[in-house]
Amino acid sequence: MILTGLFDVMTRLIRVPEDGGATFWMPPQGSTIAGEVDWLFNFILGISVVFFVLIVAVMMVFVVKYRRREGRETASPSPSNNTLLEITWMAISIMLVVIIFFFGFKSYLNISTPPANAYEIQVAGQKWDWSFTYPNGYVDQDLHVPADRPVELVMTSVDVIHSFYVPAFRVKMDVVPGRFTKTWFEATMPGEYDIFCAEYCGTGHSDMSAMVIVHTSGEFGPWLEKASNFLLTMTPEEGGRKLYEIRGCQQCHSVDGGPRTGPTFFKMFGKEETLADGSIITVDEAYIRESVLEPNAKVVAGFEPVMPTYQGRLRDDEIAALTAYMRSLDGKMGEE
Amino acid sequence: MAEGHSAVVTPMSEGASGDNYLTTGKGVLSWLFTLDHKRISVMYMVAILSSFLFGGMFALLVRTEMLTPGATIMTADTFNKMFTLHGVVMIFLFIIPGIPAALGNFVLPLMLGAKDVALPRLNLLGFWCWLTGATVCMVSIVVGAVDTGWTFYAPYSTTTGTAVVSMTLGALILGFSSILTGLNFIVTIHTMRPEGMTWFKMPLFVWSLYSTAIIQVLATPVLGITLLLLIAERTLGVGIFDPALGGDPVLYQHFFWFYSHPAVYIMILPAMGIISELVSVFSGKHIFGYKFIAWSSVAIAVFSFLGWGHHMFTSGQSPLVNVIFSALVFGVAIPSSLMVFNWLATMYKGAISLAAPMLYVLAFLFLFSIGGLTGLFLGALSTNIHLHDTYFAVAHFHYLMFGGTVIAFLGGIHYWWPKMFGRMYSEFWARISAALIFVGFNLTFFTLFVMGSHGMPRRYYNYLEVFKPYQQASTVGSYLLGLGFMIMAYYLAQSLLKGEKAPENPWGGASLEWETASPPISRNFEHEMIGLDPYDINALELSSDSGSYIRKDPSSILLTQAGGE
Repeated sequence: MILTGLFDVMTRLIRVPEDGGATFWMPPQGSTIAGEVDWLFNFILGISVVFFVLIVAVMMVFVVKYRRREGRETASPSPSNNTLLEITWMAISIMLVVIIFFFGFKSYLNISTPPANAYEIQVAGQKWDWSFTYPNGYVDQDLHVPADRPVELVMTSVDVIHSFYVPAFRVKMDVVPGRFTKTWFEATMPGEYDIFCAEYCGTGHSDMSAMVIVHTSGEFGPWLEKASNFLLTMTPEEGGRKLYEIRGCQQCHSVDGGPRTGPTFFKMFGKEETLADGSIITVDEAYIRESVLEPNAKVVAGFEPVMPTYQGRLRDDEIAALTAYMRSLDGKMGEE
Repeated sequence: MAEGHSAVVTPMSEGASGDNYLTTGKGVLSWLFTLDHKRISVMYMVAILSSFLFGGMFALLVRTEMLTPGATIMTADTFNKMFTLHGVVMIFLFIIPGIPAALGNFVLPLMLGAKDVALPRLNLLGFWCWLTGATVCMVSIVVGAVDTGWTFYAPYSTTTGTAVVSMTLGALILGFSSILTGLNFIVTIHTMRPEGMTWFKMPLFVWSLYSTAIIQVLATPVLGITLLLLIAERTLGVGIFDPALGGDPVLYQHFFWFYSHPAVYIMILPAMGIISELVSVFSGKHIFGYKFIAWSSVAIAVFSFLGWGHHMFTSGQSPLVNVIFSALVFGVAIPSSLMVFNWLATMYKGAISLAAPMLYVLAFLFLFSIGGLTGLFLGALSTNIHLHDTYFAVAHFHYLMFGGTVIAFLGGIHYWWPKMFGRMYSEFWARISAALIFVGFNLTFFTLFVMGSHGMPRRYYNYLEVFKPYQQASTVGSYLLGLGFMIMAYYLAQSLLKGEKAPENPWGGASLEWETASPPISRNFEHEMIGLDPYDINALELSSDSGSYIRKDPSSILLTQAGGE
């Protein structure tokens, strides 16, 4: 009775719903490998539950049955070793871990080997945001991918170690400065999934998140086309604002005067600023351009020299659009 | 060596006049410069439990911050410093020295029937190293708290603007304390065993301390080298780990885990030794499978050196290396599961007493099983990729380190407390506190498994709204834990002040530490001992008038030709 009840609870806890939705233990399954990983997770969970219940049940039975009490002050005679039992127990343990190792190894081969026809996206991690560069040079803050097509990520970091983690895809790979690391996945369901940074990287570590947006395979091409050409279709101010949002500026620079890691852009253009060495400069096009390309050359007093360079990562027309956006933040225009 | 002893050996009349190691010699200096292993052990105990208090308060602050997403009581930077301090204090100041230096130091020579450890001056030097290292760490906390996490991963640790250099210097000095303790124990076990005590007649706690000592001596220098390289990089700008200087950050991880993977067995092995002692005594029965447990502890020490790469499956190291390490790291599961089997078998047909130390044994079996089994998820490659650096790993680690080591440490404290201080404690409050700790612990950390497998990364200040109920349950659990420890502090303090006087052997243990007064005299034993089977529980019986277990044949334990010395 108790056993069947327990079995019932167990199956409910380790059941994987048909639709790939979230379970008690696991997030939804969003990639081709998620099913395999979850299968192994549940397999180990099953073994663990059986052994845990066995250990605790035996322990409880012994405690109740052999409890020291009136009439049972001393132990009953029983052997203090049994090599056959020990060897049997060892053999069972070895067998189980070999099986677990084998399944882990088997699915790991699939996880670590991208298919040859994968669509390649470059990933850069930096304190504390992500940027994803598409084959045509377009850069986005979120990762847009087509469903049902393998996507390979080639990743590196600008500063310290980060780790690219999408729980729904069961994919994680460190993003290491001075190295390129790779991972891949094939998304199965259109939708939006969280990207986390899993390797501790300082103040903004827990806010270093982004989304994976999975498009149906027909929608992805048109989306990329439209997204890539936004500077052509928008005013410089609007384009600059989009760049501000997607290229990582907003992690450290506010546009409402509020304090962040770097100076606010609000009413910054044309302002006189005191630098760390005491000299005074005026914020103009030249200073902004220099600060984007060589951020730590002239740091405003009171701020740390922590901004990574955008040399080679922002084109001239993009810097111009950003400058136009900063100029527009003069407090005179209504907030959009 | 003999001279080392003479400094603390007191006249023969000591035992008769009721003096013991606590009362022989007065004043602070008689403690700070003592060569008596028992006094050094008590100083370690005070120091280590103070560290535990600090580490625990940092943990409670971290848990309180996690009550809500975003800011609750502190900024992100403060939070990062808090979990770093929690980790550094708990790992380097508390749990690595914990059982060997505080309990092992006291019990090991007594278990060998010896007057002291083989190298008492080295023992004192080890304590001073600990104090110096701990002071350096505390100073770095005051002048500029470190925010790297206890792992000090480069290049974050080589570039952050906090006091990493002094903190790592502190950890380096603490490492020397650990090496000295290990070295001393190895020499002691090789040279100071009494007549009759062959290797396979040593108590299993001694076996576990021996295995631990081997790891301490062989692995800790690598940590020292790593931390020195880190300091060299930060102060001299030598490119070793930071790619900006031409270094390799993954190299740091190899170095770090080459020490820190064995280090988790420095933490757990002595705990396993305590459980072996306790489960036999409180089952009133000989330990089951003595040789298998003894060899298992050695096997764990060997395997501990082969598993470091399993912390790095997502680091970018080659998939082939990952596969090899995954295979190797499973090796440690075999001796560990064998121990659990033998502990259970020891209880079979026993006369199980549920005194406080045994409650900790039961809690240990429950929690250690969960900790060990969840290790299977992290050893397997594909599940590791998903679970690495999430709360799942944090929960697994705490189930082994707290549910395993700390619980066994508490069991050991409750077991040897009457011997150490000659006083009993309130059994009633001990049970209440053990129950609170058990419930609080599970509430705090089981919730972390569920969050972790859902993808909640560790060391996160902010988190998704869906995790809020789990986070809050966990925080409530941590408060229960804190309450359990407050009760423990209360009844142990009360025991010291006005506890009932403890008999020589309140539990019926057959190992040699129970053959002397509680608390022991300075030179430990009145007579020279011989080593008999330390688990021959049947050789003792409860004496109804003294409340102490005594040997049915009192002369059996004495070395006959030198009986009266």
